[in-house]
Amino acid sequence: MEKIIILIVLITGVIAIAQLVRVYELTYKLKNRGEHEIPNRDNNLNAKLMLGFMLFQFIGFIYLMLKYGWTGRGEPASIQGVETDWLLNVNFVIIIAVFFITNFLLFYFSYKYVRKPGVKATYYSHNNKLEMIWTIVPAIVLAVIIILGLKSWSELTADASKKAEKVELFAYQFAWIARYGGEDNTLGKFDYKLTNGNNELALMTESTIDSSVQEMGKSIENVELKLKRINFDYLSSEYRGLMAASDYKSDVDALVSEIAASEFNLVNAEEKLKHLYGKYTGAHGHINVTLNEPNAETQSIIGDLEKELSIKERLYRSLVQMKQNHNPDFDKLALNDIIQKDTLYLCKGREYDFSFRAKDVIHSAYFPHFRAQMNVVPGMPTRFKFTPILTTQEMRESKNDEKFNFVLMCNKICGGAHYKMKMIVVVYPEAEYEAWMNEKKNATFKDQYFPSEEAEEKVSK
Amino acid sequence: MSSVAHDEHHHEEHFVSKYIFSQDHKMIGKQFLMTAVFMGLVAMMLSILFRIQLAWPGEESTILNLFLGDAWAPNGIMKEDMYLGLVTLHGTIMVFFLLTGGLSGTFSNILIPLQLGARDMASGFLNMLSYWFFFISSLLMFASLFVHEGAVFGLQLGDPTTSLPGVWDGSGPAMAGWTIYPPLSALPQSVSGSGLGMTLWLFSMTIFIASSLIGSLNYIVTVLNLRTKGMTMTRMPLTIWAFFVTAILGVLSFPVLLSAALLLMMDRMAGTSFYLSDIIVGSEMLANHGGSPILYQHLFWFLGHPEVYIVLLPALGLSSEIIATNSRKPIFGYKAMIGSILAIGFLSFIVWGHHMFITGMNPFLGSVFVFTTLLIAIPSAVKVFNYLTTLWKGSLVLTPAMMFAIGLVSTFITGGVTGIILADSALDIAIHDTYFVVAHFHIVMGMSAVFGMFGGVYHWFPKMFGKMMNTRLGYVHFWITIIGAYGVFFPMHFVGLAGAPRRYYNYSVYEEFDQGALDMMMDLNVIVTFFAIFAALGQALFLFNFFYSIYRGPKAPQNPWRSTTLEWTTPVEHIHGNWPGNLPTVHRWPYDYSKPGAKEDFIMQTEPLAEGEEEH
Repeated sequence: MEKIIILIVLITGVIAIAQLVRVYELTYKLKNRGEHEIPNRDNNLNAKLMLGFMLFQFIGFIYLMLKYGWTGRGEPASIQGVETDWLLNVNFVIIIAVFFITNFLLFYFSYKYVRKPGVKATYYSHNNKLEMIWTIVPAIVLAVIIILGLKSWSELTADASKKAEKVELFAYQFAWIARYGGEDNTLGKFDYKLTNGNNELALMTESTIDSSVQEMGKSIENVELKLKRINFDYLSSEYRGLMAASDYKSDVDALVSEIAASEFNLVNAEEKLKHLYGKYTGAHGHINVTLNEPNAETQSIIGDLEKELSIKERLYRSLVQMKQNHNPDFDKLALNDIIQKDTLYLCKGREYDFSFRAKDVIHSAYFPHFRAQMNVVPGMPTRFKFTPILTTQEMRESKNDEKFNFVLMCNKICGGAHYKMKMIVVVYPEAEYEAWMNEKKNATFKDQYFPSEEAEEKVSK
Repeated sequence: MSSVAHDEHHHEEHFVSKYIFSQDHKMIGKQFLMTAVFMGLVAMMLSILFRIQLAWPGEESTILNLFLGDAWAPNGIMKEDMYLGLVTLHGTIMVFFLLTGGLSGTFSNILIPLQLGARDMASGFLNMLSYWFFFISSLLMFASLFVHEGAVFGLQLGDPTTSLPGVWDGSGPAMAGWTIYPPLSALPQSVSGSGLGMTLWLFSMTIFIASSLIGSLNYIVTVLNLRTKGMTMTRMPLTIWAFFVTAILGVLSFPVLLSAALLLMMDRMAGTSFYLSDIIVGSEMLANHGGSPILYQHLFWFLGHPEVYIVLLPALGLSSEIIATNSRKPIFGYKAMIGSILAIGFLSFIVWGHHMFITGMNPFLGSVFVFTTLLIAIPSAVKVFNYLTTLWKGSLVLTPAMMFAIGLVSTFITGGVTGIILADSALDIAIHDTYFVVAHFHIVMGMSAVFGMFGGVYHWFPKMFGKMMNTRLGYVHFWITIIGAYGVFFPMHFVGLAGAPRRYYNYSVYEEFDQGALDMMMDLNVIVTFFAIFAALGQALFLFNFFYSIYRGPKAPQNPWRSTTLEWTTPVEHIHGNWPGNLPTVHRWPYDYSKPGAKEDFIMQTEPLAEGEEEH
């Protein structure tokens, strides 16, 4: 019913406009004037509206600027952010001036120079001096903008100092995990092939490599087994079909279930089936058997499994190579790393050297309050630094919001739940941060990875 | 008129060869326009749907359910994946199908031969091919909106049992944003639209690129070889200069996008690792190693940035012509205008890295791109100042086309200045991929190009259809559009400054850490959506005016705007070969408006110089 009403309204609307246009055209015809001849009345009205629109634009802008401005983000919470905001404000002053002046000239000219009876336009085709001025003046202004910008850019992207605390941010669909360098402030090595259930950050130590090699080996065996089974199922059903005659049927069934129950080899199994088939056909010596192609479904399953197998074998070879080349001296770098989920804790006044790693697709680590951002790219390490200068508590006071928190958001489209991919960031004053860190020292990667060992050590102590 | 009858008598034309497989540039131009208008409406509709989602997230909406169905909006609540699909297709269609195909395709076709005094394009057949490739790619892109569980309209396109899992499967259109960055676009497991939807996207774009290349080559050859007697390069209207440089940009940059797309297809279908390295998707470990997702971005933006000017230059060209004609003044600084078109064209090839400041690219490389990008502001500023001086002391006739051209200058300024902030890599860090960027490029590229296109349609409608459009409806349409445009995109700057990332399905996540920012974003989002709906409804007036005028509009006079260029010397009814007799000869530049000593306030280009008259 609703739809019908909407439809009726639409249709009557179109008819109404059409009728209005007809009436309007008839009056034009009566006045003997073409559609291309713009009457002065329309011309002047639109000229005034141009000026009106300019006011709408300017007042709207000033209103939004006064009401919102920077308030959404609040003051910059890092040393680098202060620098960015200063530069941003300089640039804003310039561009807002240009915005007002040129838009004013545009709409004012559109109003002022609208056609007036008896006034002819001025034939004015060029003026080299003027054109030179408005090439050179923007060039000078831009030179200033470029120099200031590049100065900040080189500072913002320069390497962090040696003292900076090293933190890795690991991104995956759809969350973040942080890893601190731990006591030695050095992040352990990693390789994505080492990812498994209890090593989701794929850290590289002798034992993680060992268990990955083992696991991959087992997984390959599994796939091979599946392949063997599906191939045998296909063979046995083909031979069953060939020997459907009643006196051999039970023999085949018996043979198939006997083979299936054992740890058979596919070639031998096929030999046995072929042999039985030879008896059935009374053939001697070499036996020729023509089997149907596996059906599409079986073929696709076999194809998938073979593909999986080739990928896993490739990964297995690299893992074995990794094991041979591994230097166990590096293990301790990873073992004392601290893995932190859900919330990222930072210390006021301390420089952080962040490195970024993605598991699946591109993400972007975006810290709006610290004015920091860096893409997180699979297969390519990226880094960024900043130094927080406001604690969470200070920022809450400054924004007058007791529930406010800093945040790390994902800012590169990464899939359906992209918009939910975030990590709360808490900036502590030094004392609180140290307390938190001390607590964490008993929750290193080693403690998580070898919980039993840790228990044993405690007992022996 | 007798010659027209004569012509018709000898070329008895079939319906098919006249309206469908036409090789006449005027008909092909109109075909481009119609297709692009349809695609533009689709893309606008998509934007209204996601604007509704942004303004009223989680609220049941019968409109969403009506358009997206139970599969994508059960109970009128849009699904997350579909939101990304809508955003992606909105961008793709607007940039490529409306603003590239629709703007350059329509007006290059109609105006190049007419303003140069040529009988047709250099190759009518290639021109026809260009349109039909465009048509097929439009169909594929449109069809990709209806992908559901590995089928389009229930039709299974690929064989899902082959060893290409996912590539023919999945639901919904491409969902990786209009830039389709891999690995998201390369891995069907990562999002439901990276299956069949993405496959269709890639096929569609491949065909689109072929269309664009064929078209552009044709435009270049026509401009270089088929200018009539006396039409030197420096007597060409600025429209032609803009189309010419646009075509060169297209020929040089689109092939790079083609290679980007082909490599992506191979990563998806042939197991290569151009863009993939060290990936675990879900719990599946891939063996791909050594590829780089950043390589794709370099290739994409090597087209992507010139593309901005492929979209913008034709609009600037059209508005130059419209502003000069309706100011009754020569365009100020004709040679400087040509110079800035060439400078913008050249610079557009060496600035692509400014889309990639925070990809982890070497910071030194970033600084080079900062420098080249900010240089573009100089020729752009020259253009703006020249427009302003053209208006100064003019005798403005505010036709709807003229108003859209003035609107274009306004959006070009307003969107252009924020580009200075985004080009500054140090500042880009803080606002990259926020709504500030969305506001910037929609105003400077989207709105400017759309205004240029509307201006072009209102101005050359009499040439295209031999009828006049209704002026008053045009005025109302203009005011709704410009108020709507500013109302939609201006507040977005503030949403972006508050830190809101783009391509977020909703901002509910802010509840956990910043209620104040969330309140502000929601306030502004509602305002933006109201303006978006208002502007979208206003386009109905245009559509009505457009189609009504084609059939019922008053007959157009030969030169309705009292313009100087050659297209207004052709008969109102279209004929093959454009001019009934000999081709016109050109004696002067195209901007002799209000020249002192002349009888009328315009002198046609075909008018020989009077004795003692200087050219300009």
